[in-house]
Amino acid sequence: MTGSFTLQLVNGLAALMLLVSFALLAQHRILSVLHWFALQGVLLAATAGIVAWGTDNHELYISAIMTLLLKGALLPWLLWRAVMQLHVHREIEPLMNSTVTMLMALAVTLFSFHIVQPIEQMSALITRNSMAIATACMLLGMLMMITRKKAITQVVGFLAVENSLFFAAIGATNGMPLVVEIGVAFDVLIAALIFGLFFFQIRTTFDSLEVDAMQQSLREDDEA
Amino acid sequence: MMLFVATLLSPLAGGLLLGWMNHSKLAARLNILTGVTTFVCSLLLALQVLADDHFDALGGWFHLDAYNVFLIVLTAFVGMTTTIFSAPYMQHELEHGRVDARRMRLYHSMFQLFQLGMLLGFTTNNIGVLWVSLELATLATVLLVSLYRTPASIAAAWKYFILCGMGIALALFGTVLIFFTSSSVLGHGNEALTWTLLLQHASELDPAVMTVAFCFLMVGYGTKVGLAPMHAWLPDAHGEGPTPVSAVLSGLLLNLALYALVRCKMLVDGATASELAGHMMMGFGMVSLLVAAFSLHQQRDIKRMFSFSSIEHMGLMTFAFGIGTQLASFAALLHMTVHSLVKSGIFFTVGHAAQAMGTQKMAQIRGLIRHHPGIGWGLLIGTAAIAGFPPFGVFTSEFLLFTAALHTHPWTCVVLLLGLLIAMAGLFRAVQPMVYGEVPEQAVPVQVNMLPVYIHFALALLLGLSIPVFLASWYDEAAALIISTSVEVTIL
Repeated sequence: MTGSFTLQLVNGLAALMLLVSFALLAQHRILSVLHWFALQGVLLAATAGIVAWGTDNHELYISAIMTLLLKGALLPWLLWRAVMQLHVHREIEPLMNSTVTMLMALAVTLFSFHIVQPIEQMSALITRNSMAIATACMLLGMLMMITRKKAITQVVGFLAVENSLFFAAIGATNGMPLVVEIGVAFDVLIAALIFGLFFFQIRTTFDSLEVDAMQQSLREDDEA
Repeated sequence: MMLFVATLLSPLAGGLLLGWMNHSKLAARLNILTGVTTFVCSLLLALQVLADDHFDALGGWFHLDAYNVFLIVLTAFVGMTTTIFSAPYMQHELEHGRVDARRMRLYHSMFQLFQLGMLLGFTTNNIGVLWVSLELATLATVLLVSLYRTPASIAAAWKYFILCGMGIALALFGTVLIFFTSSSVLGHGNEALTWTLLLQHASELDPAVMTVAFCFLMVGYGTKVGLAPMHAWLPDAHGEGPTPVSAVLSGLLLNLALYALVRCKMLVDGATASELAGHMMMGFGMVSLLVAAFSLHQQRDIKRMFSFSSIEHMGLMTFAFGIGTQLASFAALLHMTVHSLVKSGIFFTVGHAAQAMGTQKMAQIRGLIRHHPGIGWGLLIGTAAIAGFPPFGVFTSEFLLFTAALHTHPWTCVVLLLGLLIAMAGLFRAVQPMVYGEVPEQAVPVQVNMLPVYIHFALALLLGLSIPVFLASWYDEAAALIISTSVEVTIL
């Protein structure tokens, strides 16, 4: 009984993950992007907790707590603090043609369901549907990085990709070994700290957080 | 065992200590000392592996065999010579106000942290930990690339960070997929990511999943190797970072990424029993070679030009590993070694040349031989070596590679030859006017330490003339290890 109940819960959470990924892609206020990102972290921790309970895997409880603290609280808080200190919390980021972006997102989702077909057929784990959704979330995160112009939203896209990888690890494999998970979490934390450092450097050097301004300086440096 | 722990602890301890050291000259000396200690430990470790054939440490968490042991020594060696080169180079940058004392501390500390990531990546037996250490080495170098805090260097570091972060995330997804199929064979624990166990059970892994996994790993680690078309970060990161960093990026970090890719390819070959992985690597390799050869001609910045030459050579190695025969793998391993030696030597020389002329723009660098014969000849010899002139080792490995390609895929030789010729023409067209001609007015005398450069070139020359027996047997053994899973396929 618990098997099918856990499966339903995880499938529900997977659907929510996909919803959040679409929401992230469609938001243009920086603060709401951060809110959705925090929600994604909480969903991730919930998934890990449920899978841990369903499979009676104690290591996974540890990673669930780690995820909640790191991805549900610490990373969104670090980003929020950076946004506040840089006074960009009111800024609105114009989206590149949102209809086209949404259609692309749709195509990407269909594509990921297509490529994981051979994988899904062989999976005997309780959470086999989530592989396709994890792949879709990963590609949507990448799409977010491509369509956004601001450094902060690009970073959120990057971290969303990281989140969906973690989701794939729990959903499809019931979690990677703890050593690897701690290592990955450690790397993500360092990466986030470096990102934070970069925001201020970019701001002081370029007077904005637009990525285009940076690319321009590289071109000028080469031509000078 | 003690030696092994010492090899890893030395950069860790050095990095932590250097993070607190304010006195820059003392810090540079400690940096050299750490480099030398690491190298000596790794050399002794290699002797032990030479005697025992292979070596497992700390309950199978670390595994040293013929394939990685020479890469460990190479990493420690180039790391050591880079610390020797960087002492006067970074002192010059400090005196000219391009860095301050606080950033020198960051530089020294991050350099050793990078070395730690590299050594951990080469020694670990767990493909998850391999990913973590590659990411660690990447993060350390991101901070190093942005060291000068100029607009261009920050932009380059950001690009490097985002593109490689993205690439490496794809590689993690590939690793997750491998774990997904291996956990049903090896159980749900660390064993399912342990490389030696995975190789033993490779044939039991699901071929469909492994194929999808390899696509992600190829693009992911391929970004880090600098393969076209994912190479956009590489020239910027090399061009804008401090020269010692360009040297280790080109000479070492790209090797680790390729090493990781080849380790994964061995698993995929075993699982799928097809040449798909090899063909993908050959394709990416050839495209990189051609793209880099043509891009070389358009460069204005000397460090950017040589970074395209790195893409070219990484492409060649990827191609060779893709062919996957004994001879091709042997050629690739030899090429990895000589490329690391020669390219880091070239970057040392280029660093001194840029300091002497006060610019990295090739149009303003002239008359190097007249201004400072050591730098001028160093650049000329280095370029000849990297372009593949005999008797340097690059010629030997490229010759072997051509022989291997002729055996299996003769038509590719046309592409390879074309790429190599165009690249050679590009390099010499740019280097000739820089070494000959009149000395421009802005040239200043610099304190130069050419010893590391000459040691590197001498070693490359030695490898071209005669490869030491133990090294050749290592290459042979490593090549045999690499092909052992796919050999039946190649014959059939």
